[in-house]
Amino acid sequence: MNLEQLNQEYHCFNIIQDLQEKEEGKLKGLKISVKDSICVKDMESAAGSKMLEGYKPVFHATAVQKVLNEGATIIGKTSQDCFGFGSFSMNTGIGFSQPLNPIDKTRVTGGSSGGSACLTKLADFDHVSFGESTGGSIACPAAYCGVVGFTPTYGRISRYGLIDYGNSLDKLGLIAKTVKQCAEVLEIVAGHDEKDSTSIDAPVDQYTKFLNKDIKGLKIGIIKESLQEGIESEVKAAFELTINKLKDKGAIVEEVSLPLTFKYGISVYYLIAMCEASTNLAKLCGIRYGAEEKPEGNFNEYFSKVRSENFNEEAKRRIILGTFARMSGFRDAYYIKAAKIRTLIINEYKELFKNYDVLVSPTMPNVAPKIEDVKKLTPLQNYMMDVLVCGPNLAGLPHISIPVGEQTLPIGFMIMGDHLQESKIIQVASEVEK
Amino acid sequence: MELDTELVKNIAKVARLNLTNLEIGKLKKDLSDVLEAFSKIEEVNTENVKMSIQPVKLGNALREDVPKKCLTQEQSLSQTKNKQGGYFVGPKSV
Repeated sequence: MNLEQLNQEYHCFNIIQDLQEKEEGKLKGLKISVKDSICVKDMESAAGSKMLEGYKPVFHATAVQKVLNEGATIIGKTSQDCFGFGSFSMNTGIGFSQPLNPIDKTRVTGGSSGGSACLTKLADFDHVSFGESTGGSIACPAAYCGVVGFTPTYGRISRYGLIDYGNSLDKLGLIAKTVKQCAEVLEIVAGHDEKDSTSIDAPVDQYTKFLNKDIKGLKIGIIKESLQEGIESEVKAAFELTINKLKDKGAIVEEVSLPLTFKYGISVYYLIAMCEASTNLAKLCGIRYGAEEKPEGNFNEYFSKVRSENFNEEAKRRIILGTFARMSGFRDAYYIKAAKIRTLIINEYKELFKNYDVLVSPTMPNVAPKIEDVKKLTPLQNYMMDVLVCGPNLAGLPHISIPVGEQTLPIGFMIMGDHLQESKIIQVASEVEK
Repeated sequence: MELDTELVKNIAKVARLNLTNLEIGKLKKDLSDVLEAFSKIEEVNTENVKMSIQPVKLGNALREDVPKKCLTQEQSLSQTKNKQGGYFVGPKSV
């Protein structure tokens, strides 16, 4: 497969470049593409933004180092919404190309890990992609492109070397053709990392042992709000077929409810994410790395000039909103309030996990929309598209999107587990996949 | 909540962004819509609820206080043209 040619057609890469450090190891022969926001040493890592164009990290992200240590080959950096700011991969940075849906090029890939999902669908070689999810950026493109998207518990995979979007939400994860590939790479990359103070110090399961394991008697909760308004009929039909399949295999399936999460999740998610994003982007100011000019004028003039010229429209929108929600006089009503409701949302999920092994819902309410239709959406309508995926991301729960149904345009089925219950979602996912 | 021009200009100044009048006009509208929708969080009773600044419970991450290898001066300066005599060159701060 000629990756240059593929990229001319689908724009799934920002950079195509090979890197192998060891010839032997558990991942020998596996090619890994890496979302642009994850650092690979000496390989441009721009998070899809002009603000970081030309930045070549002097270190590897921990997850990248771990797969290189096991003989995998890095093949390049995949395209994305700049800094992860989008649900469709249409908010690419100034001068960056937007990836196209591998099934229908007039449609979006989903975002923000759109290049990773697109390439995974098209690759005719043994391949896994590193994606990153803040509020659904792995599950969404996986669903729209018809591949498996795996997001672990917050802190299960080190964030060291990930260019931050929202520190309390960001999770490095995997996009692959099969659940087995996700489980195999997860066994390598999961685990505590001294370089990431938020990484969890808990034993790593042998995830591959849970593939093809009987699900008889497992309790599955269907989130009833996920099937109410706004769900396309073919998504609902594919979801219901999958539920029947799980029942046939002996799982106990019941309806459950997450009223608070569905009513307030989007607002809480975006307020927290934008507050954190505006803080993170404050460090990008035209000195030390990334975009720069001859440093003239006073520091305020110089920083403002470089930032204004290099952040795209969506980055500016999120910086302004995030800065506002943290300002004196507004902070209590927005940021603090959202962080308190986040506690209630986490508790709402935790209550359900007392009685259920996993929860399920469709991943996205629709199939991949047409690019022209997405262009007509207002920012608020854009944000509302994350209604199904923002909950598990806010609560830091592991979740996986599996392609289901037999229709032309892919549909995702999402399985969510309690914190550190990656094994259970792999167990159920491998049954769905059969 | 409606954002007015002065408030958007003030936020932009705090965030170190120069916005054109066109950008300010668009942001005012977009963000007023978004804030109006998000403001419904005020109806949730959060009395005696603590903030979650992370989704999982994490303790302090401490290590032995011994020097470890870090980036060299050359590595630290490798990503910029604006450097001189082993230092970053930046704009005037005073």
